[in-house]
Parts: sequence; structure tokens; C-alpha cells
Amino acid sequence: MSGRRIFARPARFAAIAPYVWMVLFFLVPFGFVLKISLSQTAIAQPPYEPVFDLTAGWTAIQAAFAALSLDNFKLLVSDDLYVFAYLRSLTVAVTATALLLLIGYPIAYGMARLPKRWQAVAMVLVIVPFWTSFLIRIYAWINILQHDGLLNRILLALHLVSRPVVWLSTDTAMYIGIVYSYLPFMILPLYATLAKMEPALEEAAADLGAPPWQVFWLVTFPLSLPGVGAGVLLCFIPIVGEFVIPDLLAGSNSLMIGQTLWLEFFTNKDWPVASAAAIVLLVVLLAPLLLYERLQRRQLEEQ
Amino acid sequence: MARSAGDAHPAAGEPLLRIESVAKAFGTFRAVDGVSLDIKAGEFFALLGPSGCGKTTLLRMLAGFESPDEGRILLGGKDIAPALPHERPINMMFQNYALFPHLSVRDNIAFGLRRANMARADIATRVAEMVALVKLEGLEKRKPDQLSGGQRQRVALARALARRPQLLLLDEPLAALDKKLRESTQGELMELQRRLGMTFIIVTHDQEEAMTMASRIGVMKSGKLAQVGAPRELYEAPRSRWIAEFVGDINLFDAESRLRDGHRLVIGTRDAGTLVVAEPRQPLGEVKFSVAIRPEKVKLSRRGPVGEAGHEAAINRLDGVIADICYLGGTTTYRVKLDTGGMLQASVINSARLDVDAYSVDQHVVAWFTPDDCVVLPS
Repeated sequence: MSGRRIFARPARFAAIAPYVWMVLFFLVPFGFVLKISLSQTAIAQPPYEPVFDLTAGWTAIQAAFAALSLDNFKLLVSDDLYVFAYLRSLTVAVTATALLLLIGYPIAYGMARLPKRWQAVAMVLVIVPFWTSFLIRIYAWINILQHDGLLNRILLALHLVSRPVVWLSTDTAMYIGIVYSYLPFMILPLYATLAKMEPALEEAAADLGAPPWQVFWLVTFPLSLPGVGAGVLLCFIPIVGEFVIPDLLAGSNSLMIGQTLWLEFFTNKDWPVASAAAIVLLVVLLAPLLLYERLQRRQLEEQ
Repeated sequence: MARSAGDAHPAAGEPLLRIESVAKAFGTFRAVDGVSLDIKAGEFFALLGPSGCGKTTLLRMLAGFESPDEGRILLGGKDIAPALPHERPINMMFQNYALFPHLSVRDNIAFGLRRANMARADIATRVAEMVALVKLEGLEKRKPDQLSGGQRQRVALARALARRPQLLLLDEPLAALDKKLRESTQGELMELQRRLGMTFIIVTHDQEEAMTMASRIGVMKSGKLAQVGAPRELYEAPRSRWIAEFVGDINLFDAESRLRDGHRLVIGTRDAGTLVVAEPRQPLGEVKFSVAIRPEKVKLSRRGPVGEAGHEAAINRLDGVIADICYLGGTTTYRVKLDTGGMLQASVINSARLDVDAYSVDQHVVAWFTPDDCVVLPS
């Protein structure tokens, strides 16, 4: 009995650690952002009011609370600019995630069917881009896609086009950038589920009279759904809030919510509206996050 | 009928399945090395061998998951090489069952029927029939992970039988079950095979399992068929020393000299002195050979054979002392240290509950057996 207690104590501390982390680095900052989102802009330092001052006494704090309002959220809902930014973010995320799934699935499937030692090589090839900074890789794409860039030179040399194509500052460039950047996040969870799938299941399906395409749709794909779910959410959630790729590769005529947020914060110095935009983004993303959480829990329970 | 293609019926007298010098190599390793075999309709055939002997590869070639490098496989007289796995009227029960984890028991069993475009009502009838056949009533809606090992085994069997294949392949079907369940399932499989009149080919590394169930056994070693025959034939008349040792226990004594005496051979061995054995039907030639005798053929007594007058049969008598005793319940295996130097195993049936005559360690005994009990094997 006493032996069990000795081991139980550090185990209990270990269980607390993630909660401490969550409180310190998520809940407390979230509280700050939430408070700022309910404030008003001001030409001051910091650029909003009211400012809580714990030394100013009880009445001052009460007054500060009374000054909080939902005005910024009303603005977000009423102004087309923000609504469109949210819609564009969701559209881009849905389209890009669909493209990622279409491209990533065959790659992951192919990897899982390679001989064991080649699988490790393929895995390294998928991960290798991470060794270079993300920003540098996006700048490299600017280089490739620009007017006299590599892509146009190849297309011209092959006589596929007669004059350089405009790639930069288009949605195409943005999708290329997003798909390129997020592909490993789609491939890895898909590969993980496909690789651990028993090959005998596909053989059993074939043995029972299923031609190859039925083997895929009736057995392989349904059994890979946990991987599909993980990959889709791992890509979808960050793409909705993506800032760097659309800012560097897409045109400036329609902005994603991440860019809008950045503009409000750094250019307009409107911290309260930027904070409100961040809160709404979080709420929008909470749905798929909760879904992901439930999916993972169910998978754990199954094991 | 649920068969999609290749409905083949052998002509009278023709085997259902004919395997003609089939070979398959993986890299430089010849997994199956020139196997020829005929299997008649309605047979329960076992491919027996140690792991890596090629038995599973041969089975996978029949199912269509591997294609032979050489030779032909004929089903009902037709070469099945061009047929893909899903086009063959052959079904397989996989070693770890390979049940679809996302489908219920019912959908697992119906999987093959749906692929054959059977009418909905017919599928329901056939599934119900199969569920009753393997006694899984009431579990139709369960998923495989909600079943016990024995129940999963039954689902796998029902799923493989549902299409009424011409040939059912079973890859170590009982390996995952515990001993008691395995024994009862062996009986059920045999019953089922007789009742359905189907042709079964089972792959196993368990010689007892093969002997119990199969009407004919093919013993495989390093990709080749070492011997094909009825269980009794393999046990009592093994063709080589390796088969004798693989199928059951056996005492082996290397021969050093031999002398012909009528229909008998008088053989000098180093470990067991002089033994008299019946002359083998095939001439031995000049090869080295051993004398083999199964432990249950050896009788023990305190003073040599007693009872009948003359004991002409009990020519071979070996003196020794009991070295150790292995009590197995129904039988006891004694290891006798022979005065000539060798060790001899004798298996004795415990026919009396209170056996005052049981031997004890270090007791002097006489082991005896007849010339016909011995087999001469080239080594």
C-alpha cells in the first residue's frame, strides 16, 4: 500500500502540469485579450481604455468595469469588411484542405505500401522541408512564381505559354503556398493510420469478391477516417487564421481574417477591434477543435 | 449461386485442384520449390510444416495473392493464373481472421454476398443460415472488437463459407484459440466440412491438428513436399528421418552394420546394440540409415516379455535403468538409460488408477519390441 502512494504523488503532479500550462499560457492571456476586446480605442499608452489600475481604489475599478462594452463585436458583425474576411478565410481553408486531402492521400497511401526501409526514407523526405525556416520557403516561392521566375521560364522554354503568366498576387499562388506548406501535416496522420492497417484486411476484401476500387472505398478509406479527420483538422484550423502566406502570395483586394486582424492591430492601432476579431476567430474555430478532441478521445477509448 | 466468375466443375475422375510443379521465389529465397499436388473434391487436406517451409506461400498462390514464378494451378481443369483474387471461386479464412473492424458481424458475413450482386432478400437468408451454422445467433449487430476470440473465429469462418466457395483455404485457423476451444473447434470444423461436402485446405504447423482433422496431409520442408499421405501413413511409415521426427516423438539409433537374415535385417547400432528389424520394402542401397521406433511401441517390464510362450515376436530386448519419468495423465513417458549407452523413450498407457507396478527412477527394466515395430530410415 505504502509503495503505491510513493508512486502516486509524482504522478499526480504530472497530471497537474498541463493544467498549469493552460492557465498560464492560455487562460490568462485570453483574459487579457477578452478584456481589451471589450474596451475602447484611445490615443494613449496602452492604446485603449479603461485601464484597470488596482492601486486606484475600489470605485475606480467599478467604474472601469462599467466602461466595458460589446461595441467592437457589434462593429464586427455589422461591417461587411469583417464578415467577408471571415467568409473568405473559411472558403480558403475549405478549398485548401480539400486540395490537401486530394494530394496528400495518394502520397500517404503510396508511402504506407512501400517496403519498410523505404518508408523511413519517404518519411524523412516529407519532414525535410521543416529544416528550413517557413518564412524563407515562402520567399522562395515568390522567387519561383515571379514574372521572370523559374516556373515562367520553364513554361516558356517548353512553349506551353507564349508570354509570362502572372502568378504572384493571385489566389493560385496563395493556394500553391498553402498546399505546399501544410502538406506534411496532412500526410503524416494519414500515413500513420494507413501504415498500421493490417494488409490482410484488403486481401480479405479482395478474396470476398471486391475489385480494387471497392476494396478502397469499402475497407481502406473507412478505416483511414481517423487519419483523415486528424489531417483535415490539423490543416483546416491553422489555415483559417493564416496570415503570412496570403499576405506574401495573394493579392491585396480581398483579405483573410488573419490579415485584417494584423492591419487593425499594427496599422490602425485599434487593439480592441483586433482583439474582438481574435475572439470571434477563436469561437469559430472552437467547433472543429471540439470535434477533433472528441474524435481523438473516441480513438483512445477504442484502443 | 454466389460465385462471380470461374465456376469450374472437374470432369469425372479429375482432381478439383491440380498444382503442377509450382515454384515461387522471393529474391534468392525459393519459398515454394517445385510442388506438385492433386486434391480431390470433398477432401480435407492439410499442409503441414514448420514456419518458413512455404505452406502459407502456396496457400496464398491458390487465393491469388501471389503468382507462381513457374508451374500451373488448375481448378476444375482450368488454369487460374489470369484470375485476380476477387474473380476466383476460392475463399480464405485468414490467420488472424482479418474481420473488418468497422462492420458488424452481419455486414462482415454479407460482404462477399453483396459483392456477388445477390438479391437483398437472398443475402438476408444466407446470412441467417450462416449465423445459425456457426451458432452466432444474437450477435449479428456486434462489432468484431465486442466478440471473444472464439466468436471472431466463427465469424471469419461464416464469412469465408457464405459464398459457398469450391475451395476453402484455412490459414492456421485455430492458432489463436486456447487448447480446449481448439480441440472442440477441430471437431466442429470436421463436422461442417462433411456436412457441406466442401473441399478444405488447411495450413498448420501443429501436427496433432493436421492428424486429427485432415484425411490427407502434405508435409512441407524448405519449399518442397516431403511426403503426402494419410495421417497413419505419415506416422507409421515416414519416408525420412526428418518426417519421423517432425510428426510425433521417435527413438532413433544410427546403424553401423547390417546383416540379412531371411526377411529380416540384423543391424548393429552403437547406442542400442544389435536390433532385428523387418526388411524395408524399398531396397536401402548403400546410404547411411537409422532404426526408428515410436515410444508407444516400446514395452517395459521388470524381467522381459512375459505371458505368451516363446515370445518369438519380442526379439529385441534392451536392458537399462529408468532415467526420468514424465507423467502426462493418460500416459507416462519413461526415459530409459540403456546399458549399451543410448537413451530410449517408452510411452506407457496408465490403464490402472492405482498402479502398484509403476516404475521408479533408477529401477532396472527390460525394454522390448518386435521387428515390425521398427522402421528403417535413411538419414
